[in-house]
Amino acid sequence: METATVLPEVTAAGVIIKAVLILAVVSAIAGFGTYIERKVLAFMQRRLGPQHVGPYGLLQLAADGIKLFTKEDIIPQHANKIIFAVAPVITAATAFIALAAVPVFPDFTIPLLDIYVPSIASDVNVGILFVLGMMAAGLYGPLLAGMAQSNKWGIIGSARTAIQFLSYEVVTGLSILAPIMMVGSLSFVDFNNYQADGTWIVVYQPVAFVLFLIAGYAETNRTPFDLLEHEAEVVSGYVTEYSGMRWGLFFIGEYANMITIGVIASVVFLGGYNDFWIFPGWLMIIAKIAFSFFFMLWVRAAWPHVRPDQLMWLCWKVLMPLAVVNVVVTGIVMMIAG
Amino acid sequence: MSLEQFKNRNVGTQNYVKLDLDHTPTTGWCQFKQVVKRTFKPELFVGLWVTFREMINALFRGKMHTTQYPFEKLPISPRYRAIHDMLRLMESGHYRCIGCGLCEKICISNCITMETRYDENQRKEVSEYTINFGRCIFCGYCAEVCPELAIVHGQRYETASEQRASFSLFEDMLTPIDKLNLQQEYQGFGAVSPNADENIKKTPLAY
Repeated sequence: METATVLPEVTAAGVIIKAVLILAVVSAIAGFGTYIERKVLAFMQRRLGPQHVGPYGLLQLAADGIKLFTKEDIIPQHANKIIFAVAPVITAATAFIALAAVPVFPDFTIPLLDIYVPSIASDVNVGILFVLGMMAAGLYGPLLAGMAQSNKWGIIGSARTAIQFLSYEVVTGLSILAPIMMVGSLSFVDFNNYQADGTWIVVYQPVAFVLFLIAGYAETNRTPFDLLEHEAEVVSGYVTEYSGMRWGLFFIGEYANMITIGVIASVVFLGGYNDFWIFPGWLMIIAKIAFSFFFMLWVRAAWPHVRPDQLMWLCWKVLMPLAVVNVVVTGIVMMIAG
Repeated sequence: MSLEQFKNRNVGTQNYVKLDLDHTPTTGWCQFKQVVKRTFKPELFVGLWVTFREMINALFRGKMHTTQYPFEKLPISPRYRAIHDMLRLMESGHYRCIGCGLCEKICISNCITMETRYDENQRKEVSEYTINFGRCIFCGYCAEVCPELAIVHGQRYETASEQRASFSLFEDMLTPIDKLNLQQEYQGFGAVSPNADENIKKTPLAY
């Protein structure tokens, strides 16, 4: 990897700037994502969506923010107050910690101060494992939130959280195992460099890609699998008793996780931030993440959600065996091919 | 389609199309086949295509459904019975009401109050005319009975107000004298709405 040798030294200041940058930009994108989601869903249902606050409703985000911040913060009487207060922070924090090991923007140097800001806040060599682990730890947010609020819908929501997240982590891990075997590394940078010749891993591993997308949607609580807070069944699931900014933290965490899944799918399967034809790498990675985000909204507009028993059936009887078979076939092919 | 088909109440012998449902799988192999069949049917992608097509329709082909209500309004049927209008004679600008009192008589909720007197030319003139919109049930009898087409139902269906009095005085319902040229003649009961042609559709039963 000859590019790594010419990179400047990563200093603590650079990492801190990067962390603040990720926190600011991703929170903003997460908030902006709600606007995009409402607009896209509206267009797909031939509505107009938010459009009265600012041009094209762009300032709806600010209006929502003001509303969330100024809303009364209610803690139910019989709730476990400490856990109730901590749970939203867990969701948001784990989502952002996961982003620490993910290459989000291209690296650059601040001109006057001469501080080098890397593209990954901390380039750990087990990046994928760290991100998946952090997203798995995000399970505790909804789980504790639902159990702390002394509300039956919350309990059902947290029970569903436990079964859904734990089950689909198996599929995520197994599906991403096959590309890991091919690349032979857990670092996102190695994945990116593996695809530098222009052949994306999705060409070799279409099954793993589809499995990863399905499991990713389940882990980010997106629509075909949004059982945790499905209004028609469990009011709002684990967020039933939350209001104001605590509820907003869950939302930010969910959207940050959507971005993380988009980044992983883009880097591991869709060619990463390599140049493609005449398009530079930074544009390609943004386009891929944006499409991945759009696809989540598209799916939400198009498909109904599954029942909890279908969810479990899909996970353990279809996706998990498929993932195992995919890993075994990949291993055999690698052994034979060299 | 002849009338006979509608008169036939015997449900079992009509041309109902039954859904082509598969049999419930009994053995494990049948279940497996069903799963494989459903997995590789492109139905999920059909759903994606439908939503995407609708988005294109809405954004680029002008098929957005939304009416931005306070700013744009759909045309209302001439049969609609909203707040009453008092019309004027087009030639002289004098109000049409001749003070006959038929509307007051026929009003089934007793909401019309009128007082009349003879003016200096020995013509009936209306000195008081109010409609109590707290009582009015908008039945339309007053408009139907009026021999001069003087009281008709107008198009003002937005009747939220701080006071009922803002609607119910004779002067409020009377066409303003400077807008006499804009006065719409009452189409009459049974008139079709101005956009009736656009609204004609095949009934869903036809296909």
